[in-house]
Amino acid sequence: MLSGAATSITVVLIVFFLFIEGAGVFSRKPIDDGFMLAVNATNSVKTLHPPQIKDIFDQKITNWKEVGGEDRPIVLFRTSDITEYYTEEELGPNFEYFPEKLNELIQKQPGIIAFFSDKYKSKNFSGKELDIDKISVYQFLSGEEWFPTAQPIAQMGVKPLIYGTLWVSFGAILLALPIGLAAAIYLSEIAKKRTRSLLKPLIELLAGIPSVVYGFFGLVVIVPLIQSTFNLPVGETALAGSVVLAIMALPTIITISEDAMRNTPRAMKEASLALGASKWQTIYKVVMPYSASGITAGAILGIGRAIGETMAVLMVTGNAAVIPHTFLAPVRTIPATIAAELGEAPNGGLHYEALFALGCILFLITFGINMLVELVTNSKSHKKH
Amino acid sequence: MSTENKLARKKRMNQKIAFGIFTAISYSIVALLFVILAFIVIKGIGVISWEFITAMPSNGMTEGGIFPAIVGTLCLVFASMIFAFPVGVFAAIYMNEYVKDGWIKKIIKQMTNNLAGVPSIVFGLFGMSLFVNKLGFGDSILAGGLTLGLLVLPVVIRTTEESLKAVDSTFRQASLGLGASKWQTTSKVVLPIAFPNIITGLILSIGRVSGETAPILFTVAAYFLPKLPSSIFDQAMALPYHLYVIATSGTNIEKSRAMAYGTALILIIIVLISNLLANALRKYFGKKVKMN
Repeated sequence: MLSGAATSITVVLIVFFLFIEGAGVFSRKPIDDGFMLAVNATNSVKTLHPPQIKDIFDQKITNWKEVGGEDRPIVLFRTSDITEYYTEEELGPNFEYFPEKLNELIQKQPGIIAFFSDKYKSKNFSGKELDIDKISVYQFLSGEEWFPTAQPIAQMGVKPLIYGTLWVSFGAILLALPIGLAAAIYLSEIAKKRTRSLLKPLIELLAGIPSVVYGFFGLVVIVPLIQSTFNLPVGETALAGSVVLAIMALPTIITISEDAMRNTPRAMKEASLALGASKWQTIYKVVMPYSASGITAGAILGIGRAIGETMAVLMVTGNAAVIPHTFLAPVRTIPATIAAELGEAPNGGLHYEALFALGCILFLITFGINMLVELVTNSKSHKKH
Repeated sequence: MSTENKLARKKRMNQKIAFGIFTAISYSIVALLFVILAFIVIKGIGVISWEFITAMPSNGMTEGGIFPAIVGTLCLVFASMIFAFPVGVFAAIYMNEYVKDGWIKKIIKQMTNNLAGVPSIVFGLFGMSLFVNKLGFGDSILAGGLTLGLLVLPVVIRTTEESLKAVDSTFRQASLGLGASKWQTTSKVVLPIAFPNIITGLILSIGRVSGETAPILFTVAAYFLPKLPSSIFDQAMALPYHLYVIATSGTNIEKSRAMAYGTALILIIIVLISNLLANALRKYFGKKVKMN
């Protein structure tokens, strides 16, 4: 009884832990622990969004009125800038006067925004600590920049990662679906029994090769090939990812569509042949429409596999977190991001939680895909009755 | 010439072209498989030697062998199977022999399907959160083995279920008719008949576990360890992770290429052997059962 529930328990546990850790990113300020942003006490700005802060420190926003304050130029201050204002003697041999001087500076400069560790916050601090907006789910999903370790403020926009994942996966299906369908038709309708029993295990063997081996093969064969064919500076592109994923998705598509085609009732096929249709006409007028839902299920499952695939994609797509405009540019997918960055993210930190939130997105996508497949296959059995 | 003849000929031409294309594509897929295999075999065969299999990596993993990675993978396979095999087999027995058709069975089935569809990197996240951090196992064979075990659980359940389904129901009825209890019937009649197929499933899951990388990245895998793991709470190297490391981020990627080809070949050999063995077993026992 308990073992029967093992898979259900696991799914529930996965959901629980993933979402507990992932939710953390929305309930805290996107600034490193122990750091703060402060402005002059007379500044009327109280809170800022993470993207605004980034634009300020990138000097894209240079006046306080652009963020709802007075008409005052913004003066940036990072800890290392202190020597521009004070000499080392003034700061003391071990920087012991740093907090006081910093306080003085913030008082003197009405337009200042200072980013510093809160251990430099003096006891009589007279500046105003800025409130930073938490990242909303909407900002997380629609943000166009992924710099989870950026200073002073982390940028957690997953749009480029979602786009990257979709580009690579749909590219893979566009390549794999026609090829896979052709092979499925051949195996189920054309090939002799002996040929079929020889080819099928070989194609299934493709599914058994570990993804890291595909990634390695892609890295040493497909990537250089793409680089020289299209004359690119680097061969690690979305296309390379799609090609590798297409090879990996083939067995899934072939096996499921072939099963669906072989389920076509013999009587239907024979009726078509008896009416004078050729074998080929029977295939595309009878067998294909009959097995359409099975073929769809195969394609959807193939996409699901492709979306979740990690290692092979990580090794061949170049991992640039920008929204892609062409298949010949490097991209970065959600799973590859998790695999590449989790090792460097401190446990329980903002970055760590953001990666778990990515895991949640991935889980929801694949869960949805599974449900969709269920729906498609169920609607088929409904039609039969 | 009549139009009917023309149509018939066109029909035949179309079929010829279409079938030609399909045949060509199918054989190209198989050819592709051979290209991948041949490429890795040709590049890797020169690297493989007794030393490669039994020596420690040396000189920043550009020389020496991959012994600790092989040992690590064996440990992981063992740890994951010792968990997944009994749980999976009992789950399948429960599903196939005990639960009646209804919503419970439907939910369990759906959940098993869902678990099978969860991406491997999500298993990695989950394993890190639960086993490594919450339960405090740390990066260890135990944490990695459990994570991998959960990953293959659906595979074990599915293959076991199929083998149980393949047992003719007359066997069960005969046993029950002789007065045996349900559990006696399951353990003395159904399981022995289904056993060879269950073992086939086990072998296939071993092939799967030994090649998985993403779930072990953050639960057990070590970049380089100078010694072998001595307990289940130790970190370990593993073949797939080792290949990833020396292919992408080793100290000297060009110099360690040869080692990478060798490691890829070992991985492929493991998968090939498990597939061939599973197929052979299936054929052998398939014939035997029919003869009875």
